[in-house]
Amino acid sequence: MWAALEILSQANFWAATIRIATPLIFGVLGALLCERAGVLNLGIEGIFVAGAMSGWLAVYLGLPLWGGVLVAALVGALFGLIHGVLTVPLGLSQHVTGIGVTLLATSIAYFGYRVAFPNVGTPPRIDAFPPLDLPLLRDVPFLGPILGQQTAFTLLAFACVIVLALVLARTPLGLALRAVGDNPEAVEAQGLSVVGLRIGAVMAGSALMALGGAFLTLSAFNAFYFGMINGRGWVCIALTVFASWRPGKALLGALLFGALDAYQLRLQTITGGAVPSQIFLMLPYLFSIAALVLLARRADYPRALMKPYFKGQR
Amino acid sequence: MIALTAPDQPDRPPHETRPLVLSLSGITKRFGSLVANDAIDLDVRAGEIVALLGENGAGKTTLMSILFGHYVADEGTVHIADAAGQLAPLPGGSAEAALRAGIGMVHQHFALAENLTGFENIVLGTVPLWRLGFGKATARAKVARLMKETGLEADLGVPVGRLSVGEQQRIEILKALYRDVRVLILDEPTAVLTPQEADGLAETVKALSKKGLAVIFISHKLHEVLALCERVVVLRGGAKVADRPTAGADRATLAELMVGREIPPRERAPATLGAPVLRLAGVDVGAPGERDRLEGADLELRGGEIIGIAGVSGNGQGALAALVAGLKAPRNGSCEIVGHAATRADPSARIGAGVGRIPEDRHRDGTIGALSVAENYVLETLAASENQRHGLLRRSAIRARAAQAIRDYDIRCPGPEAPIRALSGGNMQKVVLARVLERAPRLILAHQPTRGLDIGATTDVHRRLLAARGRGAGILLISEDLDELFALSDRIAVIHAGHLSPAMDAAGLDTRTVGLMMAGHSAEEAA
Repeated sequence: MWAALEILSQANFWAATIRIATPLIFGVLGALLCERAGVLNLGIEGIFVAGAMSGWLAVYLGLPLWGGVLVAALVGALFGLIHGVLTVPLGLSQHVTGIGVTLLATSIAYFGYRVAFPNVGTPPRIDAFPPLDLPLLRDVPFLGPILGQQTAFTLLAFACVIVLALVLARTPLGLALRAVGDNPEAVEAQGLSVVGLRIGAVMAGSALMALGGAFLTLSAFNAFYFGMINGRGWVCIALTVFASWRPGKALLGALLFGALDAYQLRLQTITGGAVPSQIFLMLPYLFSIAALVLLARRADYPRALMKPYFKGQR
Repeated sequence: MIALTAPDQPDRPPHETRPLVLSLSGITKRFGSLVANDAIDLDVRAGEIVALLGENGAGKTTLMSILFGHYVADEGTVHIADAAGQLAPLPGGSAEAALRAGIGMVHQHFALAENLTGFENIVLGTVPLWRLGFGKATARAKVARLMKETGLEADLGVPVGRLSVGEQQRIEILKALYRDVRVLILDEPTAVLTPQEADGLAETVKALSKKGLAVIFISHKLHEVLALCERVVVLRGGAKVADRPTAGADRATLAELMVGREIPPRERAPATLGAPVLRLAGVDVGAPGERDRLEGADLELRGGEIIGIAGVSGNGQGALAALVAGLKAPRNGSCEIVGHAATRADPSARIGAGVGRIPEDRHRDGTIGALSVAENYVLETLAASENQRHGLLRRSAIRARAAQAIRDYDIRCPGPEAPIRALSGGNMQKVVLARVLERAPRLILAHQPTRGLDIGATTDVHRRLLAARGRGAGILLISEDLDELFALSDRIAVIHAGHLSPAMDAAGLDTRTVGLMMAGHSAEEAA
């Protein structure tokens, strides 16, 4: 029992929490940006895969690490454009289109990998983002080792939380984004373009999702594997509801999920096989389901979420 | 340029000398084979309040949508005065261009983002999107100045969704004025207001027009048009049929212009009271925190009378209607409906007991759009032997009865097999009405029975409700339209914040008293 609590005092546990949470932070921010504008983006799972694959491949082919990040973001934005065009001006079902984008992006990523490496068993590794070397923080007890294990990519995630929060709350653009997810007629009546805002939001949100995938290959695993995304995108969709579409709470939700995942890994080693490991693997997902059951009923969904808008029609 | 009408009114103020700010000429818009606007000319001068009058489908909304850039006209031009007063053509199809040219519109269904504050709604779209900040201080000062100048007050610091409808509308108007509009379009602005709020709005509009703002006032409430506007333009069937000063016009002439024929006056015999059909004593419906709830309601409705329930919607009308229709059970108190104690939510038991229901939203709760007219007609009595045998529908019998109803009620539709969603609102309501009245109900729940209907259809609904009253049915009429309530009701009760006032004799009431009670004053305070 004491051992189970002691985990919480290990710097290693907290470092792992942040590492696991980082791709989720990108994913939830991306999902909430799309949904704030009124578009559900279930392409997220596939966009994660495409971002992971394209960022890693770009670096493998010789681009610098940040170049890989940029490529992943552009690829994400491209899939966002597909989803946006199909769901916004054409008004197709957002569920069906999103799942289609997930299948398309996943398949293209796997196909691209197979074309690039026809006869390779283990994927080649790249030189990933190195751990941060922070001259002053390094020597701070506890905090030093935790941050010392993170990379600059993680800092980007935290920066994105702050930037997105500020943009949504404080800028004219954020105002327009929040309005278009609540009442597109209001946006139209004020002379702004509903289509432009929504497609823009979906593209930017999809770029963020792709960064979540790229983090896994460029900072965590240093290579691309099939099945490595493993439902992270879907978790982000659930965490978006948990976060009530707020960047700050998105960070909190991602960290909570990361902590549970890091905790169950360590719990497995303590119990030493007495309990099947699958039970522990379930824990973070059980948390997601419980959070949804408790919160989704009261959730204050953007009013125009999933409602296509056609100009001049009421 | 088109000459203004009414040269035969030399005693009117010389508004012909005021500068022209808006000129529509030959506006035509077709949707398929339907001509929604047929070569419409309309001139509006600075400081003028023009009423745009017409029934549903007459083309008012289409014309304004063209002006505001939602639609592009097939033919015709729109000219609007620029800052120097010179008329310049307005490019079609762009709300942004209309806004920049100085056209503001207060939509009937407010174009407000409910998750933003009033202030945020006002400045939305007035600052370039890529700017980092708002220039909030300047914007706030301007809004504050506007509020002071116009007397339009609203809480600008909370999300708009939490404000009252009246406040939301004031924000809509401020939103337009913030952009320095020269033409303000008000689309059915009083439909959702209490009479006092409507009076306040009228005062504001008059004050604004004195400052030179041109106002286009869309309404179908004739008394408002006569009180507020100096000129009235009437559309019928997409064409302009009249453009005249309101001076010298009365409600009957305007109504005839709108409908194109004479409106017979409603005839109302004195009430012959029968046995009670609805008795409520201390009835609570809905949880205490809910907005649409009923608390300690007492009411007795007898056969042969109409009790009108006045109130701004959302004050408990929904709970009352749900209770009578059997969609909700009373939480406390006793409720007796046509001689049966109603303790459970059981809609089919209510129908069996003789309750006829005309729901508030005929699309959502009254009909099923994909089913045919005939199927909708028998929807509430599927189990009856004339509609089914051994669990199979008797289709030909149903079709024959529906065809009969179509003839009796003059329902315009391709036939009993046509899907009901293809029908206009008025004809759809006639199907609902026919379904209810066919069973000769003892108690009729009429919840906003004429909402969205034109004058012709409204008169028809009223006539049939009065006929049902004459046959001895008790009618609970829930309405926001005071004209309707006073025209039909024997007694009127007012509902506010879940509390139902005692039913008062309609003959001794006036709209002012009822209006004050709708705003939450007690009967003593209001009298």
